[in-house]
Amino acid sequence: MTALEVHALSHSFGGLTALADVSLAVAPGERLAIIGPNGAGKTTLFNIVTGIFRPSAGRVRLFGRDVTRLPTHHRAQLGLARTFQISTLFPRLTVLESVLLAVQGLDPARFVLYRRRAAYGRLLERAESLLAEWGLADRAHQVTRQLSYGEQRQVELILALAGAPKVLLLDEPTAGLSPAETASVAEMIRRFSRDTTILLIEHDMDVALDLVDRVTVLFQGRVLAEGSKDEVRRDPKVAAIYFGTDDA
Amino acid sequence: MKALVAGGAVALVLLVALPAVLSSYQLSLLTKMLIFGIFAMSLDLLLGYAGLPSLGHAAYFGVAAYTVGLLALRVANNFWIDFPAGLLMAAGMSALFGLFALRTRGSYFLMITLALGQVLWGIAFGWRSLTGGDDGLPSVPRPRLPLPWSLTDGVPFYYFVLFFFALAVGALAVIASSPFGRALVGIRESERRMEVLGYDVWRYKYVAFILAGLFAGLAGTLFVYFNGFVSPSYLNIVFSASALLMVILGGAGTLLGPALGAAVIVGLENFISGYMERWVLVLGVIYVLVTLFAPSGLVGLARQRMRSSGS
Amino acid sequence: MTFWVTQALNGISFGMLLFLLAAGLSLIYGLMRMLNLAHGSYYILGGYVGLAAVRVTGSFVLAAVAATATVTLVGIVMERFFLRRFPEQELPQALLTFGFLLIFADLSLWLWGGTPQTLPKPEIFERSIRIGAIVFPTYRLFVIAIGLVVGLGLWWLQEGTRLGAMIRAGVDDAEMARATGVNVGLLSTAVFAFGAFLAGLGGIIGGPFVGVYPGADFEILEMALVVVIIGGLGSLKGAFVGGLVVGLLDNFGKALFPELALFTVFAPMAVILALRPTGLFGAR
Repeated sequence: MTALEVHALSHSFGGLTALADVSLAVAPGERLAIIGPNGAGKTTLFNIVTGIFRPSAGRVRLFGRDVTRLPTHHRAQLGLARTFQISTLFPRLTVLESVLLAVQGLDPARFVLYRRRAAYGRLLERAESLLAEWGLADRAHQVTRQLSYGEQRQVELILALAGAPKVLLLDEPTAGLSPAETASVAEMIRRFSRDTTILLIEHDMDVALDLVDRVTVLFQGRVLAEGSKDEVRRDPKVAAIYFGTDDA
Repeated sequence: MKALVAGGAVALVLLVALPAVLSSYQLSLLTKMLIFGIFAMSLDLLLGYAGLPSLGHAAYFGVAAYTVGLLALRVANNFWIDFPAGLLMAAGMSALFGLFALRTRGSYFLMITLALGQVLWGIAFGWRSLTGGDDGLPSVPRPRLPLPWSLTDGVPFYYFVLFFFALAVGALAVIASSPFGRALVGIRESERRMEVLGYDVWRYKYVAFILAGLFAGLAGTLFVYFNGFVSPSYLNIVFSASALLMVILGGAGTLLGPALGAAVIVGLENFISGYMERWVLVLGVIYVLVTLFAPSGLVGLARQRMRSSGS
Repeated sequence: MTFWVTQALNGISFGMLLFLLAAGLSLIYGLMRMLNLAHGSYYILGGYVGLAAVRVTGSFVLAAVAATATVTLVGIVMERFFLRRFPEQELPQALLTFGFLLIFADLSLWLWGGTPQTLPKPEIFERSIRIGAIVFPTYRLFVIAIGLVVGLGLWWLQEGTRLGAMIRAGVDDAEMARATGVNVGLLSTAVFAFGAFLAGLGGIIGGPFVGVYPGADFEILEMALVVVIIGGLGSLKGAFVGGLVVGLLDNFGKALFPELALFTVFAPMAVILALRPTGLFGAR
């Protein structure tokens, strides 16, 4: 069975085609990079997979179950998590509070309104252990927007990990980071549980290829190439778009 | 947190003790402050926690007040029927209006809550045979309860209101610190993120909308008993906006702050109206000044002061 | 027959008045994401200043100039010194403009008293035209003509001029407009002033048949808000269509079901809202 499968997905914004007939499948535990130049449709693909957009055509399946019409929160309950390229953290909340919200999101107590949250010790325990595990325990009581950009990225990843997702979508986790920060975020991703299926959007091919097993190249809303790292590296079409559209 | 609980306990003791030293006029003013405090806190659940700026919150206050007034006058002055009926109507009305209002955000949400509120105002104003139109419903009696004291007297009625005020503070404080309340804060900060984290955002907002309506209804019910009179002006935009002002003046998202804001506005209205006719003008200026100089409210200002003197 | 034609004429002319107000409200929202609750105040300010000017000068035209100039100035001051500080923050904008609504309401009551007043019509529109059994007051026709002229002018401004292109650019994406060198600050003030001008014009035009009185500011604001809710915020076409719809609903509602007057306006609004939350012509 595949962990995540998209089949013949198409999407357009007001006549502008963002995705055209995109199909891909990821096995449980597999790590797939989706690369391609700006405007290739990578983030649109993530938005459709998470249910933020409804596709014009095509299907999305999560562990064999058709989720194309399910709302975003419902997909999250099924074990799908993601990070955002443009940070949508909780800027005015503390790091601990943010992680608590993430932990609570998949907890049966998430809708309880007649008891204080503090009564649920397991939530705080889990949040604190996550922060300790990923080295942000000393930042717990800081307001998120006061963190460095690199630390915010780490919080972003921790929020996505909080529910122990089965499928995790990472949207350019190292965008805008310094080389040192990039290295530490990449190291963090490398340490993620091998049970978690990961789809990774990256602009930077070197970072991407280092972290994954397989690669899909999107170009102008279509799948241009897919295969192992070496196959994609050697593919002349990929080289053409990467070196043809390079700023240099 | 401990300081807050201690402060709350001191405030409660004060509120219990105050009737001993206040004149009956001052006591009735304090009673009104408590009722409007409940109203402001109910809106804070929406505005301060869920980040939903309703400009039609008077609808639920007014609908409860009219329900209780009409039942007490035309059917029977039976607290055990009239009071729950008032709350139920307020909750039901917010459940209905929420379906419309929560399809929108931001300025649209403001406009639509305003317009929906005005529908009720229009009905209260136009349907004279039922509501008395502009003249309102006069001489609504106080409830009769199996107590040794009569609620027609100021002091017992004050304690009657204080009981519900304490109940509302307690209930809202629990809701605000519950998983549900914390999720509302998350929704205020980033809806999209909360969806991805597994929260059914619409359901949270809808329940918050209904709860806010319910507590506004509690305030409306108490108010019609207190005032003995309700008119369309307790349904209209001016009253709705004043609730927003109370919340912001006190400090949105602080629960007791808005109750303080309500007390300040009720107190100022009473004080200034005693000296001049231009209360509305002064109120308008207060809106402008609060927006410009105290956007985080009295509680926010106090916190800033504490931080700058503490460190 | 006579009843229907007369009511329709009244409805359309009231609709045109609402269009003048809603167009400004909508344009201001469209460009600056700014909800101006004091827009109804501009109506009564226009009416009261116009009335005072008519008494002094005896000229409707001079009164119109004085009223619109005053209201435009008020709009500029509000935008420059107050609203500008709160870009895209709907709550502070709402509180601030509601404060101004109260201030202008009470100042007007203080200065001009509580008695409802009507502006005298310009003499040439005192007459009526009779076609068969139906009498058309020429003033109502004049109001409709003004509405059409303003509508056409705005349409031309928006579609056919550089200024319009700038406004549309601002509506679609303020960031983008800024990047292409549009002076968004100046444009905002200009649009706000123009919206205030239209509302002041509404006060002058509406003065002779709707009148000015304490509370008219709130009523006109609510009606204009219903128009933009129905038509869609930021849409000129929406303001026009919405104005006509609300004007007609209001007139026939008052004539046919007096007890439910407001309901005949608000119920269709709720239905439209349920089907299209952003109005008939609003951006999704």
